[in-house]
Amino acid sequence: MVLLNPERINRRGGLERPDPGTPKRPTVVALLLACAVLLVLDLTGPALTPARRLVGEVLGPLESGASTLARPVTSIPDRFHSQSALRRQVGRLEDDNAALRQQVATAGFDRNRLAEYDGLTAAAQNIGYAVVPARVVGYGASQSFSRTVTIDAGTSSGIAPDMTVVNSAGLVGRVLRVTRTTATVLLIADADSVVGGRVGSSMEVGFVHGTGNLGTGDLDLELLDQTEIPAEGDTVVTWGSSKGAPYVAGVPVGVVDSVYANVRDSTQHARITPMVDFTSLDVVGVAVPSGTKSDRAIIDADGRLK
Amino acid sequence: MSGPRIALTAGLITLAVVLQTSVLDSFAWRGIVPDLALLVVVGVALVRGGEFGMVTGFAAGLVLDLAPPADHLAGRWALALLVVGYVAGRVRQDARPGAAPTATTVMATVAACSFVGSSIFALTGVVLRDPAVGIGELLQAIAISLVWDLLLAPLVLPGVMAAFRRLEPTTR
Repeated sequence: MVLLNPERINRRGGLERPDPGTPKRPTVVALLLACAVLLVLDLTGPALTPARRLVGEVLGPLESGASTLARPVTSIPDRFHSQSALRRQVGRLEDDNAALRQQVATAGFDRNRLAEYDGLTAAAQNIGYAVVPARVVGYGASQSFSRTVTIDAGTSSGIAPDMTVVNSAGLVGRVLRVTRTTATVLLIADADSVVGGRVGSSMEVGFVHGTGNLGTGDLDLELLDQTEIPAEGDTVVTWGSSKGAPYVAGVPVGVVDSVYANVRDSTQHARITPMVDFTSLDVVGVAVPSGTKSDRAIIDADGRLK
Repeated sequence: MSGPRIALTAGLITLAVVLQTSVLDSFAWRGIVPDLALLVVVGVALVRGGEFGMVTGFAAGLVLDLAPPADHLAGRWALALLVVGYVAGRVRQDARPGAAPTATTVMATVAACSFVGSSIFALTGVVLRDPAVGIGELLQAIAISLVWDLLLAPLVLPGVMAAFRRLEPTTR
């Protein structure tokens, strides 16, 4: 083997002194054996763990230092990462964001809906009527100037015209028309709506007129007795009609906000802040006579689902 | 072997491994970085001959095997760079005596050594099933690292070789 000859004949036929850098056999064998030993050691057990740790302890700080120093340089390829890649990333993140946002949004929605169902159960107990739960599925357009909503329950759920619609806060309105699966509800905020109201503290009666304004939702209470002046903060409840149509008795309508006298027809009026927020109606209940047949669960007057 | 030479070699190996593991990975192409340590071994072996090349290769490979991100079996890079040192040393041995290797020779050596080194590393992985990769992936890695090494060789090798020549002018 060339490697082992102390001298050799070169290509030009002359005797050549051995290259001082030529590997010697013992060195080669030792190095190869060392490699084999390393492989076997690492293959069979954790014998090299201390060595790895030692090298890591020494080189680790060097590596992190070099990485930090070189960051201005190593970040250059990132800048060349094409716009399309960035755009893809932005798109992906936007998708993620939208999904998460939707989760967050619907989490609040679901929680609120649960609270509304809870409140509805309480409302049913309060007014002493069974209620059919329903959801508001459509608001009447403002340019039609009537304040109506559509709910997703109709005759098949036992709903008929002139039934009282409540939610967990108080009186919402009454049923105008029904189809098999939906019903149109006239909100008490509608300018045409008149509800018989009673001021809770004095049992004074009057008529609650809607003002047609959903945003502030103010109602107007026209009192029959000119001498009784309701106090601010008094609660107004429905006085009710015979057989509970169109309004059952004792449903909270609103709170007296301010009182004023109309000079022209010399009547006492009170501005009523309604209990219900008409702009965010969702779960409502339609008060039905106990024992009504319905295709959905009815919350009975004792708060139980039937 | 003189002290300064060993110190220079150790410094170069450390520098190469540190750069290779921490800086060059940002320039990786399909995750494959240039083999700086291999280039250093080639340069050392081209100047100082096969024996010192083999020892340098073994040392550099050992550091590569044990340096932090490494998780393969220790000894694989040591074996691969050991052979690289031997191959590069043979090139010097076969070159015309007393003459510095030409640029073409150096590049050819780098290509051969890169191929041999990566192949040995990859093949030991296949033999020892550490990690078991497909042949296609393997060939791709070898090819890309060959390209990388050829690209970086003109930047690294002249410096390394000049440093060793100045440190200890060859006696031939």
